[in-house]
Amino acid sequence: MSQVRVSTKINGDAIEFLCEADEPLLDVLRDRLGLTGAKEGCGTGDCGACSVTVDGRLVCSCLVLGAEAEGREIRTIEGMANGEQLHPLQKQFIAHAALQCGICTPGFLVAAKSLLERNSNPSEHEIRFWLAGNLCRCTGYDKIVRAVQAAAAEMRKG
Amino acid sequence: MQYEAPTTINAAVKLLAGKARTPRVLGGGTDLLVQMRTGRIEPDLLVDVKRIPGMRDITAKAGGFRIGAAVSGSELGENKALKKAWPGVVEAANLIGSTQIQGRATLAGNLCNASPAADAVPALVCAGAVAVIAGPKGKRSVPVEKVPTAPGKTCLKKGELVEAILLPKRAPRSGDAYLRLIPRSEMDIAVVGVGVNLTLDAKGVCTAARVSLGAVAAQVLLVADAAKALIGSKVDDAALDKLAAACSAACRPIDDKRGTKEYRIEVAGVLARRAAQIALKRAKGSK
Repeated sequence: MSQVRVSTKINGDAIEFLCEADEPLLDVLRDRLGLTGAKEGCGTGDCGACSVTVDGRLVCSCLVLGAEAEGREIRTIEGMANGEQLHPLQKQFIAHAALQCGICTPGFLVAAKSLLERNSNPSEHEIRFWLAGNLCRCTGYDKIVRAVQAAAAEMRKG
Repeated sequence: MQYEAPTTINAAVKLLAGKARTPRVLGGGTDLLVQMRTGRIEPDLLVDVKRIPGMRDITAKAGGFRIGAAVSGSELGENKALKKAWPGVVEAANLIGSTQIQGRATLAGNLCNASPAADAVPALVCAGAVAVIAGPKGKRSVPVEKVPTAPGKTCLKKGELVEAILLPKRAPRSGDAYLRLIPRSEMDIAVVGVGVNLTLDAKGVCTAARVSLGAVAAQVLLVADAAKALIGSKVDDAALDKLAAACSAACRPIDDKRGTKEYRIEVAGVLARRAAQIALKRAKGSK
């Protein structure tokens, strides 16, 4: 079985890697590229802990093959902060204590950023439906929703 | 396992018709990759069709729409013309899974996964959608209800793949709707799904209807008696009663953790009535 050679862009950087034909993008990110922010919760697309964007579209990286990344543009949680400067969502998650164990947090942040790029002023209803594919077993979601609302308000002010 | 991403339909057909014993088509992968991971299937070849021109496009065709086999649910939901003409089809597709799943999942994949509880399939069936299938002997068009032949099985032969789904031209005063019942508010599998598509004449009398049921039999059902209950009526209470009775009568459901037989039979009638009322409103031009 020969490996697949893939050229792609991750968080703006041109990246090349070799992977197995059936290897999920999540495993490539974590085990080959050292980008361990995306987490494996379920491996079957139910929990959203592995959320990334591919060409701007929010997906579960456990349900994308590494080979499919050829020529695409991937964004992960590692590309969210600007150096030491946290993204408003990251700041508000901390301010609102919107996390406990933290396993789901990178997925929530990537998914919430994707929402705010499309809708700068989402209702609570819209936030809850957009994030329905991100599971959190600690917070009960309320703090997460408040943090996203606060980040949206902050970003609207500019 | 081998991974290939051909750039023409002919190359894809050649790969699928070749010496691989258990080839699979990779579109959105939201069912396929899960089945591979759980060991339910072990393909020796994956043919990723997303690099074939047209596979990711929604285009106007013969007054209707051609939806490439790799178009995602999100892309369907963002297409205003499609949503306006076929709101029921789009709402059914958009009910599948989460935002993340919507970023990948396709109509053609939902159809070919051949689950009796597939959400998009009843909506496509009542819309009169057609699957364009490419294969070693050329292309053929198959009504979507004929594609799944049993749970997990389709009519596709060796070397064949669905290239696109066609939605027909809309007659004036037409509307469609899809409703499903799940035990939660999101992210679950249908206990019952109902699709209704109808057309009215200028006086508001129903002249054509198609009604489909999901998750109540081994395959999605196109219920002729339910359509008959609507045709010739103004979709009034009496017609809706007949529709509900016809839908309940057509069910041949299983008992499982999501619902009992009796519950599914009852709910099929209730949802059919509600879906018909939504389709009626849409046919009359309100949202």
